[in-house]
Amino acid sequence: MTTPVLMTGPVVQVEHLRKRYGATLAVDDVSLTVERGEIFGILGRNGAGKTTTVEMIAGLRTPDAGTVRVLGLDPAVGAQRARLREVVGLQLQESALPDRLRVREALDLYASFYDEPADPGGLLDLLGLTEQADTAFRDLSGGLKQRLSVALALVGRPQVAILDELTTGLDPLARRDAWAVVEAVRDAGVTILLVTHLMEEAERLCDRVALISAGRVAAVGTPEEVVALAAGEQVLRVRPDRAVADDALLAVVAGVPGVRDAVFDDGALVVRGGARMVQDVLVALDRADVHARDVRLDRASLDDAFVSLTDVDPLSTPLPPTAATEA
Amino acid sequence: MTTTYALPAAPGGSRRRPGRATARLVGCEARLFVRDPAAMFFSLAFPAVLLTVLGLVMPWADQPYSATDPQLAGITAITGYTPIVLSLAVATVSLSLFPAVVAGYRQRGVLRRLSTTPIGPSRLLVALIVVYVVALLAAAALALASGSLLLGVTLPRRPAVVLLAFVLAVLSAFAVGSLVAAWAPTVGAANGVGQTLYMLSMFFAGVWLPLPLMPHAVQAIAAWTPLGAASQAMTTAWVGGAFPTMELLVMTGWAVVGIPVAARLFRWT
Repeated sequence: MTTPVLMTGPVVQVEHLRKRYGATLAVDDVSLTVERGEIFGILGRNGAGKTTTVEMIAGLRTPDAGTVRVLGLDPAVGAQRARLREVVGLQLQESALPDRLRVREALDLYASFYDEPADPGGLLDLLGLTEQADTAFRDLSGGLKQRLSVALALVGRPQVAILDELTTGLDPLARRDAWAVVEAVRDAGVTILLVTHLMEEAERLCDRVALISAGRVAAVGTPEEVVALAAGEQVLRVRPDRAVADDALLAVVAGVPGVRDAVFDDGALVVRGGARMVQDVLVALDRADVHARDVRLDRASLDDAFVSLTDVDPLSTPLPPTAATEA
Repeated sequence: MTTTYALPAAPGGSRRRPGRATARLVGCEARLFVRDPAAMFFSLAFPAVLLTVLGLVMPWADQPYSATDPQLAGITAITGYTPIVLSLAVATVSLSLFPAVVAGYRQRGVLRRLSTTPIGPSRLLVALIVVYVVALLAAAALALASGSLLLGVTLPRRPAVVLLAFVLAVLSAFAVGSLVAAWAPTVGAANGVGQTLYMLSMFFAGVWLPLPLMPHAVQAIAAWTPLGAASQAMTTAWVGGAFPTMELLVMTGWAVVGIPVAARLFRWT
């Protein structure tokens, strides 16, 4: 139990992880590195292999191939796995407490499992659960249950916390609360692995994200970098100052280099394409003697990047016809 | 290397002591048990209530237990019913309550959640069994006390043998309950199988009709079931009969085979 843990270098280092359940390849090839003190997001659609990946990192599942090191510890080795349980806090997807157990009892119980537990009262304060200390688990709202499960993940004063689908099923207000909690925990010095399929959550919280698709890492980097990887897509909305012949104008715009897609939407011309198409489109419009009454430019969000980078089956989301010639 | 770690530590910086977590688990399970009125009633009070009601209401309660067997004729029918009620107390907790609670913990991820902590989930099972054994000992004591105080139930001639049979009854019944708990994928499955075994056990233990009144074929089958053997062994020892070797061996067999098999089959998730 006294195996030392690495206090420098990456907190989590995963190389070429692979896991198969029967005929299903849950994780094909995942490598990633989580640095100390960051919030690292693991993003992906349902069934992409996110949860299996973190379960292997936490030592709950044994990989078929590849290596895992958490603070230098190898979960495959018995003694090191035992040490791992001390320094990694897990919050799992499903509810995991008896109905009639009360909040404070659950925290006190879990505190007794660790060598140097956090002060349960302090954790209740941090997570805003003080008023519910004597409430039974089954009487808590979804948001409060999630907060309690985060508290249980932290009560051992872990160096790494793995939070799996933390805000799934929460209403927007409770979600924002949960985000504030995650930031408070990071500020307390805990490295966080955040599994999510919510792009807004990753953009808001994560220092870096890994986009997982079909058991592989499709992209990794800061949310901004990952968005940039998605072909730097921009969305330009132009509202012309007069009615124009739609089809002719669309043909002109679609002919501009870098434009992937142009449509009319509620009287506005909506053009999607690469970063440098904006000026060319405006010039083309000017030549066609169309002047803009109103122009709006949207950068692609992580959500868009998510769709374009994890598009496993292109047939499921057919590209617009113009893309075929301009891509 | 400075640490920036700021989660407040528990006051006193208490180190984990061996047994502290187990003690907490037992405490929590005891509270959960007390907060479940149905479990409380059926596990703790029901054996005593059943014995008392039958003893006060039934006309046969004061009659000799048997008209033919000279040893059984020496006790009242309600005294003869007491070992049956003790078997019932064992069956309620081990077959009806324990498997359903364990299956529920597995289904809800309680066991899985514990396996991510340094403690692991096996101690939860230990804590559950501790709480349930204490509960069934209390239920047995309550039944015996109300029987002897209110109904004139006579105490066993060979108390040590009754105690031995009772201990083996607990072990063998928990072995069967653990098999159900190990196998059951859902609470529903645990309840279905557990309740079926519970009803069968009560039948073979003589809850509905005492064994001496049953056909010989049923008595013969009952002798091979954990609680049928328990009931017969305790009855024999109660009236000072011959040492119930066969029944005790049957129960030992169930325990010796059942517990390791359950441990092997047990799934935490």
